[in-house]
Amino acid sequence: MTPNELNSPGYDIPDDMKNVVAITTLDKIYNFGRRSSVWPLMFGLACCAIEMIAAQASRYDLARFGMEVMRPSPRQSDLMLVAGTVTKKMLPAIVRLYNQMPEPKYVIAMGACASGGGPFKEGYNVVAGIDKYLPVDVYIPGCPPTPQALVYGLIKLQEKIDGQSLKQVRWYQKGADSVEVPIPMLGPDLIDPRRIPEIKTKAAELAAAATIPNAE
Amino acid sequence: MTTPAPITTQFDLAEKFPGTVSADARPGYAGWIVAPEKLTEVAIFIRDELGYDLLSSVTGVDYLAEGLMEIVYHVYKTSGGPALVFKAQLPRLDPVKVASLTPVWLGAELQEREIWDLYGIHFENHPDLRRILMWEGFDGHPMRKDWKEAFYDDEVKPFKSRWPEGKHAFAEDRSPFGDNVSFEAGFDPEKWTATDPEEALYATLKKYKTVVKDGIATDHILVNMGPQHPSTHGVFRAVVMLDGENVVSLKPVMGYLHRNHEKIGERNTFLQNMPYTDRLDYFNSMSNNWPYAMAVEKMMGIQVTERAEYIRVIMAELSRIQNHMILIGMLMNDLGAYFTPALYAFEERELILDIFEAASGSRMMCNYHRFGGVVRDVPAEALQKLKDLVFERLPGKIDEFDRLLSENEIFVSRLKGIGYLSPEDAIRTSMTGPMLRASGIPYDIRRADPYSVYDRFDFNVAVRYNGDLYDRYLIRIDEMRESIKILEQALRQMPEGPVMSVKPTYQVKVPAGEAYGRIESPKGELGFYVVSNGKPNPYRYHVRAPSFINLTSLEMTCVNEKIADFVAILGAVDIVLGELDR
Amino acid sequence: MDTYGKGIFKGLMVTAKHFFDSYLDDIKWWGKRYYTPEGLAHRSSKDAKGIFTVQYPEEKVPVPEEFRYIPFLVYDESETGEKTIRCTSCGICAKACPPQCIWIVRGSDPNTGRPVPQPAEFTIDADICMNCGFCAEYCPFDAIKMDHDYEIASYGRNLLNKEALMKPAKYYAEIRPLNNAREEAARAEKAATKAAKA
Repeated sequence: MTPNELNSPGYDIPDDMKNVVAITTLDKIYNFGRRSSVWPLMFGLACCAIEMIAAQASRYDLARFGMEVMRPSPRQSDLMLVAGTVTKKMLPAIVRLYNQMPEPKYVIAMGACASGGGPFKEGYNVVAGIDKYLPVDVYIPGCPPTPQALVYGLIKLQEKIDGQSLKQVRWYQKGADSVEVPIPMLGPDLIDPRRIPEIKTKAAELAAAATIPNAE
Repeated sequence: MTTPAPITTQFDLAEKFPGTVSADARPGYAGWIVAPEKLTEVAIFIRDELGYDLLSSVTGVDYLAEGLMEIVYHVYKTSGGPALVFKAQLPRLDPVKVASLTPVWLGAELQEREIWDLYGIHFENHPDLRRILMWEGFDGHPMRKDWKEAFYDDEVKPFKSRWPEGKHAFAEDRSPFGDNVSFEAGFDPEKWTATDPEEALYATLKKYKTVVKDGIATDHILVNMGPQHPSTHGVFRAVVMLDGENVVSLKPVMGYLHRNHEKIGERNTFLQNMPYTDRLDYFNSMSNNWPYAMAVEKMMGIQVTERAEYIRVIMAELSRIQNHMILIGMLMNDLGAYFTPALYAFEERELILDIFEAASGSRMMCNYHRFGGVVRDVPAEALQKLKDLVFERLPGKIDEFDRLLSENEIFVSRLKGIGYLSPEDAIRTSMTGPMLRASGIPYDIRRADPYSVYDRFDFNVAVRYNGDLYDRYLIRIDEMRESIKILEQALRQMPEGPVMSVKPTYQVKVPAGEAYGRIESPKGELGFYVVSNGKPNPYRYHVRAPSFINLTSLEMTCVNEKIADFVAILGAVDIVLGELDR
Repeated sequence: MDTYGKGIFKGLMVTAKHFFDSYLDDIKWWGKRYYTPEGLAHRSSKDAKGIFTVQYPEEKVPVPEEFRYIPFLVYDESETGEKTIRCTSCGICAKACPPQCIWIVRGSDPNTGRPVPQPAEFTIDADICMNCGFCAEYCPFDAIKMDHDYEIASYGRNLLNKEALMKPAKYYAEIRPLNNAREEAARAEKAATKAAKA
């Protein structure tokens, strides 16, 4: 956002006041502040993490977007860049990290694996996309996305932040301060606590279907 | 291509152990079949009398139709030469049992745990037989041929559901549970009680005990580092028992990036595995392709053109340089020299990646090798840039790294004498690559068992003798310098000519048999064990990952060191999670 | 070791050199170092010194011809504006695809029901695609090619259907001029031999 855009609130400014006072909306200045200091969680999963580091490093330098402060602690970060294949074994840890992040928080699914399972989707230990568990704001396709593609995705996120309004964002609404995602459990396979009844009925159906041919 | 000598031994094991050992007579196979009950005895003979001191790879194969489970061992001499392969065949009954070889070669420890996890073969007398890649309590042993995953589509690729009636459907919609999960019929998640999956893990550490020192009762502390930790290079986790600041006991925990390479690899066709190998050690995709291509070329019996061999060498050595630079940069990050060396390393890496991108089309996932050569020649412009880098820029930059860090007193005092690994222990725990050479063993596959055109270059095997962290750092600098030497010679000698010896095709015919291709990757010995049964898909596809096996000595090097040094010790092992967990 | 701190000082000289280099290079390339193609080429050459940063999105690192991202389907446009897709739905790309992210429904004649060499549906799940380039490499009709466009981040999943995948042959010739010239020559040769035989 250029200073000029920040300075056009959509009201008529008297001619003699132009370029003398700065008028903006609270939304704009609030969003400007937030979009320019998105702190990502220092958290890499797989191949994409290397491109994320490359985007951080000298050539692409995320400091130009106010994103150079990679925080290893979720308590201090605004953005979770899910960079790599999400496995079932790792998922409980990822959900815990997300739950610990304070609002406002954003999630970017970087690369094919985080978006929809990627080339390893068919694997027995792979979660087919982080969006099954966490709300994803931006999807960046590519395997892996080049640093420039990642930066483009981050700009997309900034655009999304620009479009938000103080009146509507969920963290200023009544109710719980933050969304908690129930933590998946590692049983005989990954158990999503939100889907327990569904799993139960399905397994019972399968059991019923299996007993019929045996009875014959 | 100078083909390595066929896997034979001068010594006739069958004669020495009549009735116990027999030569593997299946067409396309080689090595010895050892009776399982005499396995330990034969193994000790191989190690002590024949001198095969380095156990390289242990893997299982499930011959479902024959009702057999086979364990394949590849052992080498650190003085050089080809492998001795021996196998144990076990009836596929429940439970499948065999004696553990961990007491003979400690390097078998993690690999046997992996076989237990994925194949359910029980190793008797193994010191710590737990699941390693999957979690404790997971249902089934997924690499068995009769085990099917939730998103199972078809036995092999290409899947029939893609063409000609390839109406798009999400795999989620086909699976009964609507997701990549499967539960046995009648499973009731409400009645299922979560058992603490960590209990078995913590039990393997040294027990808590309260000691009274100077009248104060001191207790040991248990610390979990990872899987989300800035210094574990990804999603690695270590459980550490501490006495104050000192490490008493440590266990690596892995599998957080287990992406089922091998299961997917056995569904893929031979060529389809090539881009998957890129994603193993994602820093060095150029050298990952190579041993796999080598193994399949061995079975197919095809040669690689001269020019392609040189291109392979050049790309592999370039990746070695960028890998070691990043390693040094990241090691400094872990020690607190936050980012300056890493940023310098990334500049050189970007320049090298530009060349990879121009040649292969992708910065990181190069997918550059094909059976019989490489996919395309290096474009003239990129070749010029490559020459500029090798002859004019990189040598100076390596010297700059040397000046920047090698004598820095703070840095030296953090590294000198830390994480000592003796040469005997290094061999015993199957270390390879810089880890082994920093302990004084000059074992480099490029010299010990030369492949490709490495026998034409004049270079030294970098070796250092103190076995501590500082030597592990210095050896990387030495290796980069040797790589530059190789690159300079290769660029001068590189002949003109085609880069593929056969017509490019997506369906390759691979005769039945087995092959093991290995190279000296920047991290150690990277090997691929491939079994073909004559069909378009490999019957077995196993990766011998150096990052994985080099962790066998982690506990050994960390005990009695400070916890703050653990990150440096781990950093110097040079692990990459994609390869570690596969 | 003689004096403590000598090694640190030596290292500091290296960082100091990097620091001054960035200013020296700025002066040497006054006004041309940023936002010009030759400045960018200089910054990614063997002589690169000082600030290494590419000011994306204002300037972009040019991608090489072989660069590959998500695949697309090439169509030829006739003078009347009719678009003909080169794909014959032979299925080779779907067979070669390692993660099996290509789905093809073979077209059929609405009257006779016989298969025609046109895909009725062509779907690529970009969230599975591993950008390996096998589809383009083994396509015998030059119909599927790897795109250079990496600026495709979106607010939703990326399941691409035939319409989303189609791009004109002109665009292909633009991003891969050398490949295109080579393929066109090969096609012309093939057509010539066919004509000679007939």
